[in-house]
Amino acid sequence: MSIVYDERVDGVLPKVDKAALLSELQARLPDLDVLHTEEDLKPYECDGLSMYRTTPMMVVLPEHIGQVETLLKICHQRQVPVVARGAGTGLSGGALPLEQGILLVMARFNKILEIDPAGRFARVQPGVRNLAISQAAAPYELYYAPDPSSQIACSIGGNVAENAGGVHCLKYGLTVHNLLKVEILTVEGERMTLGSDALDSPGFDLLALFTGSEGMLGIVTEVTVKLLPKPQVAKVLLASFDSVEKAGRAVGDIIAAGIIPGGLEMMDNLAIRAAEDFIHAGYPVDAEAILLCELDGVEADVHADCERVRQVLEAAGATEVRLARDEAERVRFWAGRKNAFPAVGRISPDYYCMDGTIPRRELPGVLKGIADFSEEYGLRVANVFHAGDGNMHPLILFDANQPGELERAEALGGKILELCVKVGGSITGEHGVGREKINQMCSQFNSDELTLFHAVKAAFDPSGLLNPGKNIPTLHRCAEFGSMHVHHGQLPFPELERF
Amino acid sequence: MVVRHDADASKALLEQVNQALNSGTKLRIQGGNSKAFLGRKVEGEVLDTRVHCGIVSYDPTELVITARAGTPLVDLQAALDEAGQMLTCEPPHFAEDATVGGMLAAGLSGPRRPWSGAVRDLVLGTRVITGFGKHLRFGGEVMKNVAGYDVSRLMAGSLGCLGLVTEVSLKVLPKPRECVSLRFEVDVETALKNLAEWGQQPIPISAASYHDNALHLRLEGGEGSVASARERLSCELLDGDYWQQLNEHQLHFFRSETPLWRISVPNNTGVLALPGEQLIDWGGAQRWLKSDSDAQTIRRIVSEAGGHATCFTPGACDSPMPPLSAPLQRYHRQLKAQLDPQGIFNPGRMYPEV
Repeated sequence: MSIVYDERVDGVLPKVDKAALLSELQARLPDLDVLHTEEDLKPYECDGLSMYRTTPMMVVLPEHIGQVETLLKICHQRQVPVVARGAGTGLSGGALPLEQGILLVMARFNKILEIDPAGRFARVQPGVRNLAISQAAAPYELYYAPDPSSQIACSIGGNVAENAGGVHCLKYGLTVHNLLKVEILTVEGERMTLGSDALDSPGFDLLALFTGSEGMLGIVTEVTVKLLPKPQVAKVLLASFDSVEKAGRAVGDIIAAGIIPGGLEMMDNLAIRAAEDFIHAGYPVDAEAILLCELDGVEADVHADCERVRQVLEAAGATEVRLARDEAERVRFWAGRKNAFPAVGRISPDYYCMDGTIPRRELPGVLKGIADFSEEYGLRVANVFHAGDGNMHPLILFDANQPGELERAEALGGKILELCVKVGGSITGEHGVGREKINQMCSQFNSDELTLFHAVKAAFDPSGLLNPGKNIPTLHRCAEFGSMHVHHGQLPFPELERF
Repeated sequence: MVVRHDADASKALLEQVNQALNSGTKLRIQGGNSKAFLGRKVEGEVLDTRVHCGIVSYDPTELVITARAGTPLVDLQAALDEAGQMLTCEPPHFAEDATVGGMLAAGLSGPRRPWSGAVRDLVLGTRVITGFGKHLRFGGEVMKNVAGYDVSRLMAGSLGCLGLVTEVSLKVLPKPRECVSLRFEVDVETALKNLAEWGQQPIPISAASYHDNALHLRLEGGEGSVASARERLSCELLDGDYWQQLNEHQLHFFRSETPLWRISVPNNTGVLALPGEQLIDWGGAQRWLKSDSDAQTIRRIVSEAGGHATCFTPGACDSPMPPLSAPLQRYHRQLKAQLDPQGIFNPGRMYPEV
């Protein structure tokens, strides 16, 4: 079964007359930038998950919402599939193009329309980078809380589509918790407002439904986000442990003490060594696990909480607890964690990042399971973990130039996600299903649940033109994936096409 | 009222829904009936969720509680209280027998809402009996989960019009170490100006209301931050029970025969010139209005301010829920038609067409 769109199991797509579509676009939208030659299309063949590539039929780069509106009307009339893309930093192939579809790039909508310090909101275009919002709000001592590690590059429209998270989610929430209003264009090119300038809006909570819907229900054209006052002070503690189990228990102990850290991250030995080698953050390279615990807020509270957390960590068996002495050391401690992915990239030709979530109490068992799979598939796995909210990022190390390694990495990844589902977790915490985890959706949801998802889709996009083949698998795909899965036991996806 | 604790009646509920589907019977979903005033009147066979009750799982260190829809809200809150935790959205009960399912369906949140989120913000997962007669699970007990569409949060505030929620998992948080309530005698303009200013600063405000010529503030957080904010804002202390009385509509303001409206506006909205008497909550973002004025007049003024108005007094207004824009109305109809094709769940409770 192919990971590229496969009409046999993903549904038949309408046949598009490229030349006729192109001439209509050029006639009706003369100012619209349209890319349609092989060499122009090449750079758009993948998003942040570069393992999966498809050359789109056409790429459009609109600059006015009116262009998007007309484009969608044309596409709806001609039944042309549309894949929306922001900055293209997504890690699940959610913006993977279609050979028979238009790739709608929203990156040029990069204006901050309004910062209202008294109202504590920012109104921005969808192509505005996540970090740019906080930078624009900084003069007012305000910021936008969700901070995915790609925040320098990723766009807010993409954040809405994926319900992006970050390292501060436990305390400050996900994208869905930090939105007030989203303007969208429906598949028919009609403008619709979800949410409002107030804290709630009449009717069903369509803002929540659209957040994380991976561009399958509508196209985001404007976003109003909440801004928060910047915490006065942030301190970070670095605790070393001689076992990951102890580190895992310490996380529960911190929360049991009534403390909600701003950030709480765990790394295992392989990740620690890779990060230390790269960043020289001052990490203890012989520790089996480290915890980074950031406490933020008003100075007096943070000081008291630091003492409490230190006592909890020591009681939990930490071999060493260090408080970052100054801002420079705090930034260095974080730099090690935030660069864990590229650091792992230095010790392995390729790596594959997973995104499962689990109830925290299951951590020791799941780490043991990952270690067993790692041995079984003969590939190393480094573990980086948003410990506070149970979101794991196992990094599978492989070499795509070695025959069979990519297949083994994908199979191992699939095993890890299925284990997450088995212990009551989810196949994706913040990266999205996209194209990458389309098969694992069949493990997390039964056919009746998937049918309900298709019903939701049908309410907004009955002809399935928006981002087809992503997020929700067809029952046909699951039937095939499921049977393959059972029959072939140890080696799932044996027929996967490779690139 | 007889409450059977820890009873899994999901099979019986599923059977009732399937019978309704087979016979084309409309269902009126009901828990403690404490929020019956909300929305439009529904004709139909009563489906009582209270038979399906009990806390399914609660592990304080995971910060998650899962309970059946018919669980009394007081029971859920007592369990959290014992572990030093709480529902940060402070849902109003409006009656002793309010249920967890009713809290979710009504989606109403209390004074802490602007700072800690609404009911929908706490929802992590649900089990739902659908309009196809299936008992399904969406979301789960983990903090982050972006697999599939967020059906669980969609259920919050849907007034039972999209399906029967049988179980819900909610994120919970530790209670603050320190809590102090204050009262300032100031005029309303100064109060709103102060709130806009303080909102941009790291002051641990967790509730702010204005009525009877006084601003009422609640400070919550660590000992240090609360003490320093209290020192800075020196004024008279207020009894902390005030917030519950406000939340449960037990203050003198709410004892009235005049129709009550809930007005939701952007948080920096100034004084609203509405006909009637007002109480400001949510730091300015929610206003309660007692008014004999017609719905059209109230809604025109509120919508000019970027907000919307809901009538809380049954019978006082033909369309108690705020009207939707034309495209929203169409997609509400389509969503209802897709998820509840036979229209058996609370038909017309929110709008005539859903």
